[in-house]
Amino acid sequence: MVLTMLVVSLLLFLLLEINVEGVAIKVLGAYSSDQQREIWLETNGYFDPLPVRYARWLGNAVVGDFGDSVRFKVPVSEILPGRIWNTAILGFWALLIASIIGLFLGVIAGMREGSGLDRTVSVGSIVTTSVPEIASAPLLAALFVFYLPQTIGWGLPGTSSMAGGFDWVQLILPITVLVLYDFGYIARMTRASMAEVMMTHYIRTAVLKGLPYGTVIRKHALRNALIAPFTVIMLQINWLLSGVIVVEVFFAYKGFGSLLLEASLNQDIFLIEACAMVAVFVAVGTQTLADIGYTYLNPRIRFS
Amino acid sequence: MTDQAISAPRRESSLLRLVKGAALIRESWVGMVGLAIIVFWVLVALLADVLAPFPPNATGAAMTLPGGPAADGSSVHWLGTDHLGRDILSRIIHGSRQVLLYAPLATLCAYIVGIPMGLAAGYRRGLTDDVLSFIANVILSFPVLVLYIIIIATIGASGFNIVIAVTFASAPGIMRIVRGLVLDLRNREYVFAAETRGESAWRIMMIEILPNARGPLIVDSCLRLGYVIITIGTLGFLGLGLPPPDPDWGGMITETRSFITFMPHMVVFPCLAISSLVLGFNLLADGLREVSLRD
Repeated sequence: MVLTMLVVSLLLFLLLEINVEGVAIKVLGAYSSDQQREIWLETNGYFDPLPVRYARWLGNAVVGDFGDSVRFKVPVSEILPGRIWNTAILGFWALLIASIIGLFLGVIAGMREGSGLDRTVSVGSIVTTSVPEIASAPLLAALFVFYLPQTIGWGLPGTSSMAGGFDWVQLILPITVLVLYDFGYIARMTRASMAEVMMTHYIRTAVLKGLPYGTVIRKHALRNALIAPFTVIMLQINWLLSGVIVVEVFFAYKGFGSLLLEASLNQDIFLIEACAMVAVFVAVGTQTLADIGYTYLNPRIRFS
Repeated sequence: MTDQAISAPRRESSLLRLVKGAALIRESWVGMVGLAIIVFWVLVALLADVLAPFPPNATGAAMTLPGGPAADGSSVHWLGTDHLGRDILSRIIHGSRQVLLYAPLATLCAYIVGIPMGLAAGYRRGLTDDVLSFIANVILSFPVLVLYIIIIATIGASGFNIVIAVTFASAPGIMRIVRGLVLDLRNREYVFAAETRGESAWRIMMIEILPNARGPLIVDSCLRLGYVIITIGTLGFLGLGLPPPDPDWGGMITETRSFITFMPHMVVFPCLAISSLVLGFNLLADGLREVSLRD
């Protein structure tokens, strides 16, 4: 994990900072004079050898100092934590609800493989995962902001900028969009895992020795069937981060994703670096957690 | 007579076998629905010039409602016009060309890069495998969209750059799948036989192993195509896609989304278009998987 983060940081650094002139132009603007750029590069140590610059940059990044944002004219470390917190709220609820729906549907579909309910859940989850966030966000917004208020006089706010302070109602649509796209994958994976468990000998034994069906499902099947979905849910966080960017941009939510896009569109390199490092850190961290958790949950791996 | 009985049965031509294999999809109604949707959009893209009632960038009366009359009085804007008065139906029809050009192209490039990497990693093992797998791990540890945004923000937005970005971001995933398949296939007897015959490593990988790994790869390519369509749409939505004014579904969504509170028709139809095309590929992939698991 540490090695991956190191390589990622090196890649990012090379991609964005190898061209020294380019850095100066992005920071000082296109209309700065050569002399100004020279002075800025000199005072900030950009004429040092590349390995030295990378080591210094990395050292600062580890303690959270990414430099000043060009666009917002304040240190990156002042903007970032609040934005990350906002995204964490959004992502946490989306992941929680998507997991509950996905696990529930997956378990009841996998209980009887091939049944009508199973087919419905399978096809239904394909349909919901086929509607990308860029389509479901406008469609839901059109429904709740335009069509419903017109017909029944009730709707939901179409933006989540939280202009008048924090408001849960403004979170409903963004969370719904994320849940719609994400629960299908969890449901399909849970279903596959559940269907596999239902075919095992110990389930057949439990049924044949006359245990009530509900007890078989709850005590024997579920515990084993939920190991694989745990990994899926943890890895889903990586995908959720992508969806979050779209949703935050669409609903004007002041989170980490919209910050990253704004930084990219404005060539605000220190902010891009910080956002990318945070995103990769979260992704790599959840992957590691998934591995550890999987070993912990699955006794077959733990004792082998 | 005896001659015929002794001679080995003639092998069907590979083309015929391919057609027969493809015909199996008829057994899955889910797959058929998916195929029908894809064929529909391919036809729309091919016949765009005939089907589209207006030129895609021609402007007329702005914000006409669906079914509203056009400026010339005789023709009709079936899906209305956007904020610049361009016919939405025609833009969706022409936009399908962009999607169905760049998505398969980008996916193909990703496979061209990913397959040899996977073959090499799985067949040679050792250091090759370690290095390639580590590179794949690093690239795959980026949240996908973050990776796309950084790449496009660095190299600029154009159709060609989208293909590069998709190749860069998808090839590691393809490599992992191919590697897993090869690890299984390399222990088959026909591979040992080829090794004993002294065939070169690349010949064994390409001629002996790759054709036998095609099943899962075909299913994966369908899913991946659907995902690349979403990616291209999302980049267009974020303003990092194909440059305007030529129609692009993601771009259409982002151009008109600010009017959603009073003119939602402008944004609804491009959303439906992109969702239906992705749905087509996902259903086809599901049907193919179902059919391939059956025998």
